[in-house]
Amino acid sequence: MEREGATTTLDGDRTGGSVVLECRALSKSFGDRQAVRGVGFHIDQGETYGLLGPNGAGKTTAISMICGLLSRDGGEVFIEGARLDTKSKHTKAAIGYVPQELAIYPDLSARENLRFFGKLYGVPARELGSRIDDVLAITGLSDRADERTDGFSGGMKRRLNIGIGLLHRPRLLILDEPTVGVDPQSRNAILTNVEELSGEGMAVLYTTHYMEEAERLCDRVGIIDQGEIKAEGTRRELVAILGQRDRVSLQATGDIKRAAQEISHLPSVDSATDREGGLDLIVAEASHQLPRILQVAASTAQVTGVEVIEPDLEAVFLKLTGKALRD
Amino acid sequence: MRGALLIATKDLLGSLRDRSAILSAVIAPLALAFILSAALGNADEGSLDISFTVVDEDRGPVAEVFVGDVLGSLERQDVVNIREESSAASARRMARDGDIAAAFLIPSGFSDAVQSGDHVELSVLTDPSSDIGAQIATSIANGYATELNAVRASVGTALAVKGARPDPGAIRRLGRQAARAETPVAVAEAFVGSREFDTKTFFVAGMAVFFLFFTAQLGAVSLLRERREGTLARLLAAPLSRASILGGKALYTFVLGVGSLTVLVVSSQFLLEANWGDPIGVAALIIAGVFAAMGLQSLVATLAKNNEQAAGYGAVVGVTLGLLGGTFFPLSQAPGFILRLSFLTPHAWLMRGFGELSGGVAGVADVVPSLLALLAMGGVTGAIALMRSKSLVAVVAR
Repeated sequence: MEREGATTTLDGDRTGGSVVLECRALSKSFGDRQAVRGVGFHIDQGETYGLLGPNGAGKTTAISMICGLLSRDGGEVFIEGARLDTKSKHTKAAIGYVPQELAIYPDLSARENLRFFGKLYGVPARELGSRIDDVLAITGLSDRADERTDGFSGGMKRRLNIGIGLLHRPRLLILDEPTVGVDPQSRNAILTNVEELSGEGMAVLYTTHYMEEAERLCDRVGIIDQGEIKAEGTRRELVAILGQRDRVSLQATGDIKRAAQEISHLPSVDSATDREGGLDLIVAEASHQLPRILQVAASTAQVTGVEVIEPDLEAVFLKLTGKALRD
Repeated sequence: MRGALLIATKDLLGSLRDRSAILSAVIAPLALAFILSAALGNADEGSLDISFTVVDEDRGPVAEVFVGDVLGSLERQDVVNIREESSAASARRMARDGDIAAAFLIPSGFSDAVQSGDHVELSVLTDPSSDIGAQIATSIANGYATELNAVRASVGTALAVKGARPDPGAIRRLGRQAARAETPVAVAEAFVGSREFDTKTFFVAGMAVFFLFFTAQLGAVSLLRERREGTLARLLAAPLSRASILGGKALYTFVLGVGSLTVLVVSSQFLLEANWGDPIGVAALIIAGVFAAMGLQSLVATLAKNNEQAAGYGAVVGVTLGLLGGTFFPLSQAPGFILRLSFLTPHAWLMRGFGELSGGVAGVADVVPSLLALLAMGGVTGAIALMRSKSLVAVVAR
């Protein structure tokens, strides 16, 4: 549900499963810049929770605190009820972390990478071999298991990056923008893997700035911008924030910026932002307002196409922050 | 501890595969030492390849002392080669032909004359082309003559003090006893500062110490590389303490440093005939030297922002201190202020220690000053590096 400022709490509805991750009022500053402000949410067993926000919104800083990589200025993190900080060795073992940057050793093979991290996480020696084989199969790397990873394609490295996070069968899997820079085929494979893991009962925290991924994977989504969670809920709950509003996309040429300014003054138009090749609008009762909107737009630009889009998370983000996710 | 072992093993495996580490830790120092000793070596051997001949026509006790004790002692120390000739003519010919650097001629009646206080000459025939050999021969002869004169003066003084009238028989008897007595001033090794290496061992030791400081930065540099490449974030997210991460990197560097120096010492003994001396002392110096190098290079790495910068800073420190610390030239040839400055470097202490041992006479007790200096340097720099390591073992804040 929509939240105000940094007053996020955990008193919202729960989905009913046992809580795997619980964050309370996390905050972090770097010098004068406050990167995370009072972020809080929870994730239940078998639930996939998405942090949706543009680059620089504070997603990575938030999950760095959740993983114990960064110390917190304020707030608390609990994994299955146990408090976590940068020194919580036992609690950290419950987390599988997949960083945004590729975190694999290029001079080791895929199997050696998996074996190293498996041992580091205390996977029993008698199980390690079979688990490595399982992960290699899941990630589609069985055929290349014994090759050095510096010869892998970007997609293969990404899949191994995720596989390392899965090897010790964590209760909570944290994926930080795992599909950035990945080809469509590998991307689809990664999303399918995440869906399957969630189906097997793993709690998943998934950060992304791709609306489609959040809509496809996540049971609940927290919309984050400038270090704050602006709203949180299921897709349906979030879209309901828009009320009877529609997202209207205009393809246009000419003075698009001025057109956006003038359209934004119209009644029933919540927001109007210009972009390359057109404008994005959030409009109440779009079918009634469209003629007036086109008339105003035509005064400074030439409209070449109109599309009224069913409300989605992109539109929610636009309404809450006044800017597009890709900004 | 388990985490540290895993990290160290992983890094060592990487280093074995990455041939550049082996190249800089073992192959390069050995190759450079070989080239340098081939180009500049044998200086010590060439300068001391001196042969003398002695013609003893006297065969008396004073001549025996000169031939057996004075010249014999120098031959036993491999300073000169001595051979006896029966005739003065053949000795003169050999000196003229350059077969020998000098010939000593001890005339018949030499011992009696000395014991009687009569004038007598010990002749030295020199090869004009052998300046050094001629000077050494003249010095030996002068030294012995001076000693004999002192003994004769002592005998004369002793009789005068007793108030006895000089009796030629007593003079002869006392003179004979004095001549047979142990030489009052023994020829012995004398060192100013520390003992010196032979040329081959010097270059091997110098290159080994020089490159050790490049090997010693690999752990700290690899930690910074892990931070840049994102694997440090994964290590920090694992159930592992920061101390384990640092310990793993330190263990990796220590094993690599000790291993590479040990391989260098052993291989140079066979390949270059280097003479390292007491193995226990050498082992103690290797451990202390690696410790000092790790401390210094870890501290340097904490000043860097990334692995490339750390490698650059480490190289500057390694080359500068290596030159100052006498890894390329013997410090005995350096001006006094350089010599004094050099002892601020771990390189100089390590070279001094290896130099002490290389003669084959000294043991671990003789290198205790070097060991203490190296451990102190490693301890101080390592402690500062540890205090500054918090920023090193952390993800880069976004």
